[in-house]
Amino acid sequence: MAALHFHNVTLGYDRHPAVHHLNGEVARGALVAVIGPNGAGKSTLLRGIVGILKPLDGSIHLGGLDSRDIAYLPQSAEVDRSFPISVFDFVSTGLWRGAGLFGGIGKAARDKILRAIGAVGLSGFENRPIGTLSGGQMQRVLFARVLLQDASLIVLDEPFNAIDAKTTADLLALVKRWHGEGRTVLAALHDMEMVRNHFTETLVLARGPVAWGPTAEVLTPENLLVAMRMCEAFDDTAAACAADDISSRAA
Amino acid sequence: MIYDALIGPFTEFEFMRRALAAVIALALAGAPIGVFLMLRRMSLVGDAMAHAILPGAAVGFLLSGLNLFAMTAGGLVAGFAVAILAGVVARSTGLKEDASLATFYLASLALGVTIVSIKGTNIDLLHVLFGNILAMDDQTLLVVAFNATVTLLVLAVIYRPLVIESVDPLFLRTVSRAGGPAHLAFLALVVINLVNGFQALGTLLAVGLMILPAGIARFWSRDLTAMICIAVVAAAVSGYAGLVLSFQTRVPSGPAVILVATVLYVVSVLFGRIGGIVRQLFPGRHLEA
Repeated sequence: MAALHFHNVTLGYDRHPAVHHLNGEVARGALVAVIGPNGAGKSTLLRGIVGILKPLDGSIHLGGLDSRDIAYLPQSAEVDRSFPISVFDFVSTGLWRGAGLFGGIGKAARDKILRAIGAVGLSGFENRPIGTLSGGQMQRVLFARVLLQDASLIVLDEPFNAIDAKTTADLLALVKRWHGEGRTVLAALHDMEMVRNHFTETLVLARGPVAWGPTAEVLTPENLLVAMRMCEAFDDTAAACAADDISSRAA
Repeated sequence: MIYDALIGPFTEFEFMRRALAAVIALALAGAPIGVFLMLRRMSLVGDAMAHAILPGAAVGFLLSGLNLFAMTAGGLVAGFAVAILAGVVARSTGLKEDASLATFYLASLALGVTIVSIKGTNIDLLHVLFGNILAMDDQTLLVVAFNATVTLLVLAVIYRPLVIESVDPLFLRTVSRAGGPAHLAFLALVVINLVNGFQALGTLLAVGLMILPAGIARFWSRDLTAMICIAVVAAAVSGYAGLVLSFQTRVPSGPAVILVATVLYVVSVLFGRIGGIVRQLFPGRHLEA
């Protein structure tokens, strides 16, 4: 059964498509890399999946999942790190689903939080304000929160950007652990070697879908060349999209 | 001597006791709101909102003269209207909230001054602009205390979504729809506390007892709870010392309170533990790890 079903989805901003006419399914338990050049629509697609961005056209079905069954790891630049909050408190927000507005954080929950912080190698950092962490440490904190969310669909937006090899290896091991536990993982990535070696399925995106399938078949020089040739700029003079024509051609 | 200067005014005069109770209520509720305003980079939004309540207060004044209860009700209506309109426009159009608010508050301020000038005198206008905490009656004090209680209760309800929305809004949007309502409730609390401050400090200074203590707290702690506590204490101390200063020197009470808070702010800028100038100049020897 599919965890995600895209039905002719177009996502974008001010009527301009950033992801254009995407069709397809992500099977439950899949480990999918979403690749493409900057501006290809990777982050936009992930935002559409987690419900932050409404499709301009088409729809995304969550395959029976509640939106709360999704854990989303944003690019760390989205977090206001000047806010005075400790690592412990920040990670504890991952318990929102259970705790909500008033739920207490009891001993069991505290242990869970501490275990999550320990699992990403940050034991001893619990009381540190997040503003004092390095980029890699902050990325570990975001992973710890995803761990706590215990979600069946995990969406990661460029999770290994600008972090060192050791941190990357540690966090990649977590991703593979989630995959081993049968969770569905989608990650927007730039590192082709990582994708080739660790991700079973790949979607090459260049605003429109270029290719989607088993990584070994999809990650070809031809497909990457097509993606690289994508024009990043929106066309302000573009006519309205003849969506039906394109859909029927694709079918 | 010290007793006469610092405590005597409050044991001797009922209006001073009422004023003290009012500034403590303002400190308890307004300072935490100020901390969130500052952390959400909305300090000037608070200032804009302070001006936005003017036409409502002015309508209350037109209808009932210098009746603080009527002016409070009018101020609340005007403030809520501007806050909600600005919030709705910002969220539905993508316009930044401060830009949206600037439009509404300028129109509101112009309308307010026009309304006051239709009926009032310069003295009335001065009262509206600068308030008079020493003239507060029992009924007004009850309104201030009620607003403070409501503020603390509502803040307790929206505290978690407010914190998460401040630090990681995208995350909150993926796990809950509480962000929007929490933000609107927060704007409502800003209005309630501005109206509260308006009684004591007038429209021009109402935001002072919210933002200055928050700024002071930023120099002493990196922990949100501690910042809120420090801000409340700083606001209460400013209120008390401002009242004493006003009583002893005949400086108007509102400006006196804000001037004391400003002195505390300057001291914090100089000697604050977090980023204070002296601390930066003389940080001490570096640590081993």
